[in-house]
Amino acid sequence: MTADATAELDTFPKLLLRNEAVRPHRPAMRHKDLGIWREWSWADVARQVRCYALGLMAHGLQRGDKVAIIGTNRPKLYWSIMAAQSVGAIPVPVYSDAVADEMAYVLDHAEVRFACVQDQEQVDKILGVADRLPKIEIVFYDEPRGLRDYDHSRLQAIDAVIAQGAGILLSDPAAVKRLDEAIASGKGSDTSVILYTSGTTGRSKGVMLSAGGCVKAATDTVEFDRLTDRDNVIAYLPLAWVGDHYLNYAQALVAGFTINCPESPETAVEDRREIGTTFAFAPPRVYESMLTRIMIRMEDAGWLKRKMFHYYLGVAKKWGEKILDGKPVPLGARLNYALGEVLVYGPLKNVLGMTTIRIAYTAGEAIGPELFSFYRSIGLNLKQLYGQTEAFLYVTVQGDREVRADCVGPATPNVEIRIDENGEVLYKSPGQFIGYFKEPEKTAEAMTEDGYVRTGDAGFFEKDGQLRIIDRAKDVGKLRSGALFAPKYLENKLKFFPNIREVVAFGQGEEFVTCFINIDLTAVGNWAERNNVSYGSYQELAGHPQVYDIIAGHVAEVNRQLAEEPMMAHAQIRRFLVLHKELDADDGELTRTQKVRRGFIADRYGPLVTALYDGSTEADISTEVTFEDGRKGVISARVRVMDARVVPVSTPAAMPARAA
Amino acid sequence: MNAMNHSEFRQDIAPGETLLAVDNVTLRFGGVKAITDVSFDIRKGEVRAIIGPNGAGKTSMLNVINGFYHPQEGRITYRGQTRSKMRPHVAASQGIARTFQNVALFKGMTTLDNIMVGRTLKMRTPFFWHLFRHGPAMREEIEHRKFVEEIIDFLEIEHIRKVPVGKLPYGLQKRVELGRALAMQPELLLLDEPMAGMNLEEKEDMCRFILDTKEQYGTTIALIEHDMGVVMDLSDRVVVLEYGQKIADGTPDEVKKNQKVIDAYLGVAH
Repeated sequence: MTADATAELDTFPKLLLRNEAVRPHRPAMRHKDLGIWREWSWADVARQVRCYALGLMAHGLQRGDKVAIIGTNRPKLYWSIMAAQSVGAIPVPVYSDAVADEMAYVLDHAEVRFACVQDQEQVDKILGVADRLPKIEIVFYDEPRGLRDYDHSRLQAIDAVIAQGAGILLSDPAAVKRLDEAIASGKGSDTSVILYTSGTTGRSKGVMLSAGGCVKAATDTVEFDRLTDRDNVIAYLPLAWVGDHYLNYAQALVAGFTINCPESPETAVEDRREIGTTFAFAPPRVYESMLTRIMIRMEDAGWLKRKMFHYYLGVAKKWGEKILDGKPVPLGARLNYALGEVLVYGPLKNVLGMTTIRIAYTAGEAIGPELFSFYRSIGLNLKQLYGQTEAFLYVTVQGDREVRADCVGPATPNVEIRIDENGEVLYKSPGQFIGYFKEPEKTAEAMTEDGYVRTGDAGFFEKDGQLRIIDRAKDVGKLRSGALFAPKYLENKLKFFPNIREVVAFGQGEEFVTCFINIDLTAVGNWAERNNVSYGSYQELAGHPQVYDIIAGHVAEVNRQLAEEPMMAHAQIRRFLVLHKELDADDGELTRTQKVRRGFIADRYGPLVTALYDGSTEADISTEVTFEDGRKGVISARVRVMDARVVPVSTPAAMPARAA
Repeated sequence: MNAMNHSEFRQDIAPGETLLAVDNVTLRFGGVKAITDVSFDIRKGEVRAIIGPNGAGKTSMLNVINGFYHPQEGRITYRGQTRSKMRPHVAASQGIARTFQNVALFKGMTTLDNIMVGRTLKMRTPFFWHLFRHGPAMREEIEHRKFVEEIIDFLEIEHIRKVPVGKLPYGLQKRVELGRALAMQPELLLLDEPMAGMNLEEKEDMCRFILDTKEQYGTTIALIEHDMGVVMDLSDRVVVLEYGQKIADGTPDEVKKNQKVIDAYLGVAH
C-alpha cells in the first residue's frame, strides 16, 4: 500500500496495513477447525480483509454505516470488524447469547444496515425479529450449515462476499482506489466502534469510541506490559465485550501478536493449552472454577500424590509470592520451591494451560484473596486491572511487582483519576468514549463539567497509591441507624467461599442487613457426595438442613471479619436464606456479564424479602423461569429463613457516608 | 466439501422414489408371531417413522430391514433388488446403517475412535499396511480422519473428541452413536429410539441433527420413537404397528386422526 496511508497510525485499518508491511509472515490469526489449527499471516489477513471490504462496498456499504457483528470468536468475524472499519463503517458487536428481543433492541437502536453473523442460530434470531428492523438490508453468515434452503435474497455467505471482492481486486482498479482512499482518509477522531454496555442498570447503551483514542490507549498498555509480535492470546471472551475488543483486537493490531480462535467455546481451555498463550485474561469466576475443579480432582488422587500436592501448596503459599515479587527468600526455601516447580507447580500449570503465560489479568469482580494468592504462589503473574467500557477498558492497572488482592492498582499511564466528594471514582483517559450513541443526555450525566467520566463506583486510594473499589456508588447506602451499608462488599466476602456462588444483600434503609444466597452446585454437590447426602434436584440440595448449617457457618465467619472493620461492623448479616433456584441471565436476574440486578431480584422475590425482615422462619415463593429454548415454566418452593450468628459491637453506629 | 457427496450410492434413485419396500413380511420366533404380514415402503430422502405401543414389533422390523432377523415369509426389496436372506454386514456394505435402542459403543474408546470405527468398511488398503500405519495406510487414514472431523463438527462434539465415551452423559453417547452411523455414509439410516431417555433440550438437539442430516447429506431415515410430539414434527410419513400388524400408514396428520391408532394408544373398552 502507499506510504502516506500509513503515515499516521491512528486507525485500526492503518495498523493492519502497517503490520502487513512490517511483519507480513508473522502469524496474525489461528483458528482450530476440523481438529486442525489453521493459520493466517498478517499478509493473508490484510488480503482477506481487503477483498472482504471490496465485496462489502459492492453491496453498498458506505462510510458511517453500522454493521452488526454477532457470534463467537472466529477469524471471519474479526475480519468483518476490520473490513467495516476499512470502509469507514462502524462495527457494532452484539452479545451472541442475547435472546432475540434484546438483540432487536440493540440492532434497532444502532440503526444497523448490515449484519455479519456466525451461523444459522443467529440468522434465525435476526429473521425472527426482522419486521422490527426495517433498516437491515443483508445478513452475511460464516457457517452455511442448515441455511441452504433459506431465501437468499437478504442472505449472503461471507465467503461469497470475499470471493466477489477478490474478483474486484483483479478487475476493477477504480474500486480498489476508492478503498485505499477510504482507509487513508480515516481519522483518529472517527467513531471506530460502538460497544453496547451489558445493561447492569436498565437498557444497554451504545458507547462510541474514537479510533485515535482506541489506538492510543492500546499503545499505552502494550508498552506497559511489553507485548510484542511473539505473544499469543486465546480469544474466548464475548466479541461485544470491551475486554475482547481491547485485549485481543486492539492490542493485537498495535503489537502485532497472534489471536487464536478456539474450535468452540467449550474447547477453549484445551485449545489454550495446545497453543500456549502468553497473555491471558479471565474474570475471577473462571479462575475460581478452575481451582475448584483441580481441588475436587485432587481429592480422588492417591494418598502419596495428595500429600505431595498439599505439602508443596503449603511451600508455595509461604514463599511463592515472595519469589514472584523478587523479594529476599532463603536459599533452602528457594531450592524447595524449585523442587515443587518440578513436582507440582509445573505439571499443574501445564494442566491449566498456563505454562507459557507471562501476564495474566483478572477484573470485573472482586477476587478472593486466597484464590488470587493461590495462582500467584504457583508462579502465575496474575494482576488486577480496573476499567469500564466508557474508558475503553483500562483505568487502573497493577505493575508486575506491585500486586495485592484487595486493590486494583494505580492509574494506567496517561490516565488521570480523581475521587469525587461522595466517594465516586472519576477519570480522564486517552481511550475515553465520545458519548453514548443517540443519547446525549445520558452522556452528559456520565461526565463532570471539567470533562472527567463518572465510573459509578465508589472507592478510595490506599497509602501505596493503589485504588480500592468498594461498591457501586449508588448502591452504597445506609441502614436506618445511619451505619454504612456496601452490599457488594458483603456479597463478595461471602462469594469467596467456594460453596457460595451468588449473593444478593439487602439493607438499604432497613434496620439490619439480610441476604439471599445461591449455593455452588459443583462444590456443594461434591460435598454431598462425600458425606452421603442424597438429593434429587438443585432445589432439594439448596434446602437441605445440613447445607443450611454450612452456609450459616460461612455467614458467621463473614460477620466475624466485618466486626473487625470499624466502618463495616454494623452491617453484619442478621438473617439469610438459600434460594431454591440459580439466578440466571435468561430470567433477567443477572446481566449478560453475570452481575446481579439487585432491584429486579428484590421485586421478583418480594415475599422472600418480606420474610427476611418480618421474623418468619419460612416463606412460599413461586417464580416464572425461562428455559434455554425460550419456553416458560413456574417453580414453586417453600424457603427457610435462618438467623445468623452476629458478633456484638460496642462502637456507635453512626458513620460518615464517605468511604474514603 | 467432501461431505456434500456424502453417499456413494445416491445417484441412481431419485428423491421420492421407493428405496426400500417391505412386502407381506411375517416373522416368527417359534410359535410366537412378532410381525404378521406387514407391508410398507420407505422413499428416498424422507424421514419415515415406525411407531406403536410396547411389544408392537418395531425393533423386530428394524432388525428385519438390516438383515439381523430373517423373516419366514415375505420379501424385502432394497434399491430394486429383492433379497431373501442377508447378513447385517452385507446390509452395512450396501449403505444401511443403524443405531441401537441401548447405546452400543466401545465404552473405553474415545469419541474419535468410535466414529473412526464407522469408517472400517470403507478402508481399502491391505491389512498389512495398517499394521505399520505407514505409506498408503497412513494416507488413507488421514482421508478418513478428515471425514470423521467433518462429522464431529456437524454434530458439535469437538469438546469430547478425545474423551472415552463411557465417561459421557447418555445424551452425548447417543450423539456419538449417530456419528458412527453417519461415518458409514449410509443411504438409509435406521434409528432405534434415538431420543429415549433424553431431556427436552437433548431431544431438540437430536431433532435438529436428524433434520440436518437429511438436508445436508440427503440421507433417508427410518426411525422408531415413542415421543409422539417428536414423531409428528419430524417425520414425513408414519407407519403404525400393533401386535405385529400394521394398523395405519400415512402422513402424521392422517395417522393422528386414525381411530385405530387412537384406540391403540389410549386403549379401548371392549
